[in-house]
Amino acid sequence: MGLKSNLHSLKEKFKGTKMAPAFNALHTFLYLPNETTHNGTHIKAADDLKRTMNTVIIALLPCLIYGMFNAGYQHYLALGEIEATSGFFAATFWTWDNLIVGMWQVLPLVIVSYGVGLTVEFLFAVIKGHEVEEGYLVTGMLVPLIVPIDIPLWMLAVAVIFGVVIGKEIFGGTGMNILNPALTIRAFLFFSYPTWMSGDKVWVHGAVERDQMIAAGEGLDAISGETILGAYAQNNSIAYDYWDMFWGLIPGSVGETSKFLIIIGALFLIFTKIGSWRIIISTLIGALTMGLIFNGVVDAGWIGDSNKFYGLMNVPFWQHLIIGSILFGAVYMATDPVTASQTNKGKWIYGFLIGLISIMIRVFNPAYPEGVFLAILLMNVFAPTIDHYVIQGNVKRRMNRLKVKTN
Amino acid sequence: MSKDIKIKKGLNIRLKGEASKTLSNAPRSKTYVIRPSEFHLITPKMDVKEGAKLKAGDVIFYSKTNEAIKFVSPVSGTLLTIKRGAKRVIIEIIIEADQLDTYRDNGVFSVSSMNSDEIKNHLLATGCWAFIKQRPYDVIANPDVKPKAIFISALTTAPLSADYDFTLLGKENELQAAVTAFSKLTDGKVNVSVGENSKSVFEGLNDITVHKMSGVHPAGNVGTLINKVDPVNKGEVVWTITPQDLVIIGALFLTGKFNAKRVIALSGSSLKNPKYYTAKIGAEVSTFIYDSGLNEENVRVINGNVLSGEKIALKGHLGYYSDTVTVIPEGDDYEFFGWNKPVFDKISTSRALTFSWLQPNKEYSLNTNTNGEYRAFVITGSYEEVFPLDIYPMQILKACKYEDLDEMEALGMYEVAPEDFALTEFVCVSKQPHQEIIRKGLDLMYKEIG
Repeated sequence: MGLKSNLHSLKEKFKGTKMAPAFNALHTFLYLPNETTHNGTHIKAADDLKRTMNTVIIALLPCLIYGMFNAGYQHYLALGEIEATSGFFAATFWTWDNLIVGMWQVLPLVIVSYGVGLTVEFLFAVIKGHEVEEGYLVTGMLVPLIVPIDIPLWMLAVAVIFGVVIGKEIFGGTGMNILNPALTIRAFLFFSYPTWMSGDKVWVHGAVERDQMIAAGEGLDAISGETILGAYAQNNSIAYDYWDMFWGLIPGSVGETSKFLIIIGALFLIFTKIGSWRIIISTLIGALTMGLIFNGVVDAGWIGDSNKFYGLMNVPFWQHLIIGSILFGAVYMATDPVTASQTNKGKWIYGFLIGLISIMIRVFNPAYPEGVFLAILLMNVFAPTIDHYVIQGNVKRRMNRLKVKTN
Repeated sequence: MSKDIKIKKGLNIRLKGEASKTLSNAPRSKTYVIRPSEFHLITPKMDVKEGAKLKAGDVIFYSKTNEAIKFVSPVSGTLLTIKRGAKRVIIEIIIEADQLDTYRDNGVFSVSSMNSDEIKNHLLATGCWAFIKQRPYDVIANPDVKPKAIFISALTTAPLSADYDFTLLGKENELQAAVTAFSKLTDGKVNVSVGENSKSVFEGLNDITVHKMSGVHPAGNVGTLINKVDPVNKGEVVWTITPQDLVIIGALFLTGKFNAKRVIALSGSSLKNPKYYTAKIGAEVSTFIYDSGLNEENVRVINGNVLSGEKIALKGHLGYYSDTVTVIPEGDDYEFFGWNKPVFDKISTSRALTFSWLQPNKEYSLNTNTNGEYRAFVITGSYEEVFPLDIYPMQILKACKYEDLDEMEALGMYEVAPEDFALTEFVCVSKQPHQEIIRKGLDLMYKEIG
């Protein structure tokens, strides 16, 4: 008896029991199930939801791996133990030392995210008696990439439980949720533990620890891990050039710093037809539009350079795309098909507004100079409304056709 | 007058096992079977008892709700069994066939000298009304309502389906008689779609409007033709009928006989020798499947095409409306890591490590595996790529699922039939049963609105 037939007889044994969904989740992970069509179409296309989600994970992997190297690099750079590397492809960036520090910090985040999230998913599947759905495969990979590197694991675990239960399961699970679960987790962290989610100490591994040591009376230099947005918001000068921002040699959340790899991921998602190019492009257009408007405000002389918004408003509009997480949000978050607009026309409006509002919040938010996750969550809420008006267009066309006939 | 219509949204599914264009006579079946479940929403009331002697064209049963709609025997023989299921619902009516058919004489008529009532009553009395379907609801047409137009698709785009250019060869006279008759049953047009480059016999016929269709499947679905030419509005009715049924109706007028003979495409990758057969409605499909030969034992036999046909047993019978019988391998086996490894031997509209986009002209041998489990609707935008009608497919499916009649109506439920959602069902990542959802939605509307 091979593995296949052993598993098949186990599946028959579990059939109808409470544990069936949990077993099936593991079984279908190994084997594409033996289900056949009944009536309707007798043949089916090759894609299922697992394959779709898997494709998104593949698109995220470069960001994750880069995030590990960058975590180590930023750590050693801040400690002053290494010199700034000459560029993305330089051998001084892709070192074992950097990777080991990064893995030591990032892998626990991944393990906690998946471990806690999938446990909640399995529990709900068993209690409610439905199959374990694949939505969390992507959420679980997104979460470690959008948090600060030194976030305590218990915080992450609490946030994941909140995000999966409140963000998804209470609506009925994958496909039914209104808010993007990964961003719900991010928002929970942001509003519950603001000191861990903003400021200039959380973006580089070791900075918080070093501060605590200084407070304890040790004579060390503090590490600054100020992000570019943080610097702009303070009207400070920027220590990085555009290429650093583009390649990602900057502090930030774990996986969102390298715009280059995000663009690669975006191209992969668009090519595989899994990510919506309409949303990605319209989000970027929206962001550029808002950036242009702010540039116009500065050019018109309506605000002076003493104004607290001057620093961010004065950022050349195209630079908004390579600083902060707008690109990551546009490619991996806004495109979540469940929470985005579902009509093709609606996707254009939805994306455009996300871009517009992201940059608006980024500039005007006094506490935290980034607005992408808030903008996406806001538009998640409005996506059904956008779709409603798009669909009304179709309904009206149908009614007009009838009117023309009867007149 | 002909008009050109090009269908860009859709998908041609190329499968192995296309029927070769040679015609054989299927061996005569011992029994012929009529299954009333094929006549959707019709409750049969038997007109004859078990043991009755029947001629081809003799009435077997009629509709309980409208006794004018009659259903007749496709062959002459003895009514062997009326097989009933739960609540005494009639499942099958089995007729033991005579060696040679004798026909009921319905009289020869010249269509051109008949008026619309005479034609209608003749079709009702001879059992040919069952071939006429109406939209909305995709059911047998209500004889009391005059349709605004009649639609016929003489173009084949569904995978492995019978090619009308082949099956209608030499049937000009029958078709002409039938379309002339139908042109008198409507104040509007009789619209016929033919392929852009095909040599359809319809192009030489009178009393019809020919539309040249090109592009990908579902260009050959009659629903696509309706939507592009003259969509159904609330309160309107259109009729649809398939070309081979027109041949039977035409022959009825010309000869007075109900000759239920069809040219059947026997196709599919499980067959040794896929080709065309002539067979009568209700024949045992095994008679010609075994004549062609099977490559494998574990097969799915489908009355109709792989997208919207009906599953039958190997010992099952040819459906009342089928002109295609497809035999493909069953897919009831597991596939190790089937969900994440690159796929070269299946069709997909995405490129998520699926590589059918590399070889758009390759022919595939697909089995009946669902390639995944049932899920809630998640992915958006993929249905629209294969759905040419001016309707939001996912939204109308959801409206059907939560049974919101107002929304179903507003989104265009009067225009659709289940087969219009075959391609969206094929590409559905969540493996939702789209055609079943639409059928249930239509039934609900029929019950509530009527």
